[in-house]
Amino acid sequence: MPREDILHRTRTALGRAVGDPPAPAPPPRLNIPDMDLEQRIASLFANIEKLAGKTCRAASPAEACAYIAALIGDHSSAASNAPFLRECGITDLPSVRANFASVEELRAFCAEAEFGITSADYALADTGSLVLFSSQEEARMISLLPPVHIAVVPRERILTGLDELLTGTPLPAERSSSMLFITGPSRTADIEQILVRGVHGPGEIHVIVV
Amino acid sequence: MTGAQEQKIRQTLDDPKLQLAIYSATGRLMSHRKAVVAPEVLPDYQELRTQANLVKRHAIENLDYYLEQFESQVVARGGKVIWARDAAEVAAFLLDLARQKGARLVVKSKSMTTEEVDLNERLEREGVAPVETDLGEYIVQIAHERPYHLVAPALHKTRFDVADLFSRELGIPRETEIEKQTKIARSVLRQKFLAADIGVSGANFLVADSGAVVIVTNEGNGRMTTTLPQVHVAIAGIEKVIPRAQDLAVFLKLLGRSATGQPLTVYTSFLAGARRAGEIDGPQEFYVVLLDNGRTRLLADREKRQSLYCIRCGACLNHCPVYRKVGGHSYPGVYGGPIGSILTPQYSGVLHDPWLPFASSLCGACADVCPVKIEIPKLLLALRSEVNQAQAAAGANRLERFGFRAWAWAMRHPRIYEMMGFMGSALFGDREKWIRRVPRLFQYGPLAGWLSQRDLPPLPDRSFRQLWRARRKAAKN
Repeated sequence: MPREDILHRTRTALGRAVGDPPAPAPPPRLNIPDMDLEQRIASLFANIEKLAGKTCRAASPAEACAYIAALIGDHSSAASNAPFLRECGITDLPSVRANFASVEELRAFCAEAEFGITSADYALADTGSLVLFSSQEEARMISLLPPVHIAVVPRERILTGLDELLTGTPLPAERSSSMLFITGPSRTADIEQILVRGVHGPGEIHVIVV
Repeated sequence: MTGAQEQKIRQTLDDPKLQLAIYSATGRLMSHRKAVVAPEVLPDYQELRTQANLVKRHAIENLDYYLEQFESQVVARGGKVIWARDAAEVAAFLLDLARQKGARLVVKSKSMTTEEVDLNERLEREGVAPVETDLGEYIVQIAHERPYHLVAPALHKTRFDVADLFSRELGIPRETEIEKQTKIARSVLRQKFLAADIGVSGANFLVADSGAVVIVTNEGNGRMTTTLPQVHVAIAGIEKVIPRAQDLAVFLKLLGRSATGQPLTVYTSFLAGARRAGEIDGPQEFYVVLLDNGRTRLLADREKRQSLYCIRCGACLNHCPVYRKVGGHSYPGVYGGPIGSILTPQYSGVLHDPWLPFASSLCGACADVCPVKIEIPKLLLALRSEVNQAQAAAGANRLERFGFRAWAWAMRHPRIYEMMGFMGSALFGDREKWIRRVPRLFQYGPLAGWLSQRDLPPLPDRSFRQLWRARRKAAKN
């Protein structure tokens, strides 16, 4: 049996026996810097812009909705089921589709859509990342297949960084089968080290903080 | 070194275009890295390295425990763990799965582990088509080559090479603009993603307390591979396991910075099982293949087991003066550069490519930049000694061994040593200018390797011991 074989060889190599508890692990290293909300927003935006992402600070949900309406025009757009998008009125925009009946329908629509609109569970200030847990509110494809991704995030979800996220959520697997960090638009430098945006994922990203 | 290997190295050295490509690509990666680990931007960089080293050491030294924990977490969430001792077992599992699912097309995100087990050829032989979806990997796949660099697989290809390749393989007009080439690959591969039945990924980390596979990519190939097909199979070496999700706070910061100079890679997927009830999309089946393929053998060596800490960032390749000259295809095995020089001999046996640990200047640049602090030069020395011992046991290098033994004997007999020195300086002293030219006589023959690159300095008129005695005598008077 390969399983027993590999485990046996591992234990023999390490001088351990079946059922031996592990030695005490070094404590995790998590440092949360002290940053107020304004600093976090400033840092988040600076980091997103460094990666050629677009940012917008909306004073109200209605303002966020107006920004998106202007951006997407009459291009077909897929939106996630996130309640916050509904609160902003984004799902009521004429060119936006949400509440897909099946995964096949979602997939077919996303493969053709110009824009994908999601919320985010968190944003990380120190890297400019969005954090999305897969759920009944957020599908994975909406932030992946369309060439432009728009994320609308309430400002209280902006964390200082990875350390704060993993302090608050030490076991992401208990929450979802998929936790995703998105840090800027899809990119490659595989040919002659020349940067090109938009390989498989969206080449353009807009982050709106409400 | 075989003739083919030597020829490959000479070809690389003699190709100015290729030299420029390697030099500028690695140089750019070096400067990108430097900018994001500088103390002004990352004051705790050294502490992060120390922590990464400690956590890896802990994980490796308790590997059986964390592997079992990982497995039980995967199983608890409905996934399946497959243990594979070698390349054949990985391929057998995948082929069996493909048969069950009636799968003909497999999309792959980037994975060095699948390169290590020649997965693509093994699948192709049985009628299953694997398609690499990382742009660089796709280029080397259609060129029928292996990756040139851990994180930049097509580093050796220019836009003109890519134009020729795409035109020939895809039957399209020649396109030399990089942006358009990328769009071409995007649309070709998009169709593959949508049609594929199985997605095969590697894993940057296996998280024991979560049963999760962590995959980082910049292009989105990792996300596509693990989102669109119904089945996701992750293939990873057993050494990839880390104890806790919280450890990612350290490793993710180091990986992107060391590899490409990014504070965080564009996409990081933390995947714990297939789509759950209530979730909208994602694969319906989740498998993790845990590969041994020589790793447990390596684990048995207390000192050298630290080679298993490697997170495949490629920083040691970029900083290596040898890699930067000879390039990625001159190394035997799939892992090039300094890390390859310590992994390959341990996986395939030191006598397989005995020259490999010697192909290093031991300058130590690799160890300085390694994010998990693997002591590569020290391990190279240990491997050199193993090569020598193994060769001696096989009766090789008699002349060299005789020389060193004679030298050691002379060193232990001061009077004889002194007499030899005296005779030497009388015969071959500086008066005789011809002594410097002696090595030139040995350009051929058994000593050529040693002497053709070295000077023979003339012996001084008076030895150190003579000088010392004269000095003591003078002091007494």
